[in-house]
Amino acid sequence: MKAKWLVLLAAAGLALGAGAAQGAPREVRIGFIAPLTGPFAQVGKDQVNGFILYLEQNKYKMGPLTVKFTAEDYEAKPALAVAKAQKLIQRDKVHVFLGGLLAPTGYALAPVADQFKRPYLSPAPAGEDQTQRKRHKYYARLSFTSGQCQHALGDWAYEQGHRRIATVGADYAFGYESVGGFQRGFEDKGGKVVAKVWPRLGTVDFGPYLPLIPRNVDAVYALMVGPMSLAFPKQFKAAGFKMALLGGTTSTDEFILPNMGDEAIGYVTTSHYSAAIDTPKNHAFVKDFQKRFGKMASYYAENSFTAALYINEALKRTGYNPDKIEVWLEELKKIRVDAIRGPVYLDSYANPVQNCYIRKVERVPGDRNNLGVKANSLWNVVIKTYPAVSQFWNYKPEDFLKHPVYDKDFPPCKFCGQ
Amino acid sequence: MSRLSSELKQVFWVIAAFGALGAVTPFFDDYTQTIITRALVFAIMAMSLDILMGYTGLRSMGHGVYFAFGAYSTAILVTKVKGVGLLTLFGAGLGLSFLVAAFLGFLAIRAVGVYFLMITLSFSMVVWGLAYRWHTVTGGDNGIAGILPPPLFGISLQNPVAFFYFTLGVFLICLGLLYLLVKSPFGKTLVGIREGEARMKMLGYNTWLHKYLAFVISGTFAGISGVLWAMLNRFIAPTDVELVTSVEALLMVALGGPATLVGPAIGAAIVMFLRYWVSTFIERWYLILGATYIITILYAREGILGKVEGLLAWRKAGREAGAAIPRVQKQPEEIRT
Amino acid sequence: MAVFNLKNFIELSFNSLSYAALLFLLASGLSIIFGVMRIVNLAHAAFFLLGGYMALTVYRVIGTAFWTLPVAMVVGGGVVALLSMFIERYFLRRLGQDTVAQVLVTVGFAFILFDSNIIIWTGDNYMLHRPWPLDDSTVIGGISFPRYRAFMILAAVLVWAILYFAIERTRAGAIVRATVDDPQMARGIGINTNIVQMSIYGLGVFLSAMGGVVGGSFLGVSPGIDFQVLPYAFAVVIIGGLGSLTGAVVGSIVVGFMDNFGTALFPELSYFALFAPMAIILAVKPTGLFGRG
Repeated sequence: MKAKWLVLLAAAGLALGAGAAQGAPREVRIGFIAPLTGPFAQVGKDQVNGFILYLEQNKYKMGPLTVKFTAEDYEAKPALAVAKAQKLIQRDKVHVFLGGLLAPTGYALAPVADQFKRPYLSPAPAGEDQTQRKRHKYYARLSFTSGQCQHALGDWAYEQGHRRIATVGADYAFGYESVGGFQRGFEDKGGKVVAKVWPRLGTVDFGPYLPLIPRNVDAVYALMVGPMSLAFPKQFKAAGFKMALLGGTTSTDEFILPNMGDEAIGYVTTSHYSAAIDTPKNHAFVKDFQKRFGKMASYYAENSFTAALYINEALKRTGYNPDKIEVWLEELKKIRVDAIRGPVYLDSYANPVQNCYIRKVERVPGDRNNLGVKANSLWNVVIKTYPAVSQFWNYKPEDFLKHPVYDKDFPPCKFCGQ
Repeated sequence: MSRLSSELKQVFWVIAAFGALGAVTPFFDDYTQTIITRALVFAIMAMSLDILMGYTGLRSMGHGVYFAFGAYSTAILVTKVKGVGLLTLFGAGLGLSFLVAAFLGFLAIRAVGVYFLMITLSFSMVVWGLAYRWHTVTGGDNGIAGILPPPLFGISLQNPVAFFYFTLGVFLICLGLLYLLVKSPFGKTLVGIREGEARMKMLGYNTWLHKYLAFVISGTFAGISGVLWAMLNRFIAPTDVELVTSVEALLMVALGGPATLVGPAIGAAIVMFLRYWVSTFIERWYLILGATYIITILYAREGILGKVEGLLAWRKAGREAGAAIPRVQKQPEEIRT
Repeated sequence: MAVFNLKNFIELSFNSLSYAALLFLLASGLSIIFGVMRIVNLAHAAFFLLGGYMALTVYRVIGTAFWTLPVAMVVGGGVVALLSMFIERYFLRRLGQDTVAQVLVTVGFAFILFDSNIIIWTGDNYMLHRPWPLDDSTVIGGISFPRYRAFMILAAVLVWAILYFAIERTRAGAIVRATVDDPQMARGIGINTNIVQMSIYGLGVFLSAMGGVVGGSFLGVSPGIDFQVLPYAFAVVIIGGLGSLTGAVVGSIVVGFMDNFGTALFPELSYFALFAPMAIILAVKPTGLFGRG
């Protein structure tokens, strides 16, 4: 019995020795910080699952490297995310970490990346300034800035003949920046935003806010998040509003859409992704995600999937040496990929330049593309694509950055009350 | 004489335990070090609450308030004022939490039992609302990032080990001061009020004033933990100061053993290890956290330290036949109003 | 400000009233539980949300039609009430009158429910079905009145009437009142206070969970709603006074109007506008407006 153990030990020692002798790292360690408990638990799960889908499709290999993937929960509390980032860096010795959902977490994590010189790739937090006025060296975003596609929706709304619009945006940074982007896109064309209403983040009874929305407008732009997205259109319609409803990235994202009802039909929103993008690549992605996780693929999942793709590509370009962190991070920022969402490359401020899709919620009969999804579901059907939209819209970055970051009072509401 | 020597023995063991902690911590990995530092920070919070809850018998659900003022004052000073020193930070944090506690004490002390719990709960909600909505000062839900600790006598505290020793030092000072407080005649009066306020009144004590002072002292010490927390995380957001923070402080005291000072510190350590260590293994760790709450109350009402002490005293009582009476944590009767 | 034209004022008042109704459904049980048992039930909102989840399952099993809402209300409320009675019998009863112990144990259950909801129903956000006549709005004088809001008001009035009648006019009510006034005396005259306490806890939670079914078609059912509405439930009972049914009515209306009008008029101060007055009321009158001093 004892002898057997000795043999085993010796074998293990040999194996270890062999590994050490070879020198080159055999694995790349990746950490992911997502809200796995608390109100955003399921979104966090979608985020992690998107990454896992990529890893599983590639058998947890990136080139010759084995991927060691560690997911950590942060309860949607930024301070906890900081602690978990330290854990991933210090204990798990990750080469790169991703994570966060809401903007504050992004702002909290980027300094950690610089402190430990470990790249942080943002798969969701959309705070504008992270790729604008408060940049960090070890940071790159693979999702979107809050206002990015909203500019395009503003442009589109004017083209549709809307001239007077009221906005209803969740009262926090992501809301201000989304509404700001929309307002600039819309007013640059000549439209007028005549009222801005700011429901508290997490509002599910819009009773106090609905009377503040003027009824003599052509459309209402609503930027909602999570449970708000579900409650707002229902209460909006029930309160007798008949005008067109427009919305931001999270207002009808695929996390919330399957649980919406007919009140959402006709809702026009914008995002850098839609599960209804009609490309073979996206069909395969939606189908695989549905098969593996039993859920509609959302932009949260797509962001993570694309982030994994980016990491793999960057490692490939630098000969799969994850320890040369600075080198492969610089390479990563130069990559152009044909992602599920469409072509993507990063601008010199480390934010993606990508398609923005104007999408209309429709009930699509049957399972049109044999994706294995529930029949007669609601989809974000793409009705127009704005190709290669930058976070700076059609401004020069220098000019755009002269303005303060979008806020409750910027752009100022020049036409409010008219 | 024998009581004094047993007390000295206790003090000796506590000092030895923290000396050992100070000696071994640098040998842990960085993440474990920061968990220990976090535990020490919350230990200060829990000990300060113990003055109010364990010794005076006032159960507060608003201890997060002073934590919040300590943390936010530090965050704002560090990010807005160039070259601000540690002394200023602690001065501001302590001063502010002192003032806030002095004000809220006036409103709260009259309430008893569950009404005290309710009014302190509403303080928690107000301060959380302020942190969340007063965007221009607190940064709203974006919080405040980049709170780098300033150096101490030229030694950088940005190194985790240095910050650990600094926190340990602050913790030991707080522990020492609070220990002197509970051993002082004033501390005895607080226990007297807990055991029977009417009797203390009859003996001529101004119980309102004593309770008020306990409230203010307790709040001021909680401010210290806020100051440290902001520098440790280098980040502060409203989620750090929500109601759950105050409830968790209650748990720490109950878990470790009320009216023992060291007990709540141990309680803080246990909760921090659950949150930062167990959660890395178990995704549904809230189930464990919830169970901890329930099991603590059902099976260790006198807290872990109380339980251990009870066992020791019981054994000793067997030997010395009645020389030592097991210390039973007596819960004051709810005052029906 | 737009709020001050008559149309908006009426709309806002109606919204406030319907919100107050929902708050009453949520908080009346909390108040009763405190009044009779002196238990600070921090799991109350968790039961509210659990009721919503139960309704979700009921709808999945029996489908959605106009008659399934009352079924979901009874089944959802009932199942959660049974669970709560088990908790009362085996956990809360052992705590006596120790407030902190009650707070911590009920928080513990709130956390456990919070996490098991995610295991059972995932963390997806749901909006419960609204049966046919209630999904629309009625226009009177150019103002749209959502019918579901009217339904919430109706439900609250009905619950209040039943509770009032039951407490003031029935033998069971007399027993409860006796237990509230003097538990020892009640025990002395042969009332089994244990059963009374368990039933009262069950009743309080039933109301909350039923409120959760009603609220689930309005606020939605998603993790976190529980901790979000909990402070409101406490605001209601604190302002109205713990343990008073009339207090719960007044408290709901005060909070409903204060929150709606406060938010509409001074959006910057919301939360502050609700909880600061609450602290002041308590400082002046620690037992709340209608509390039994």
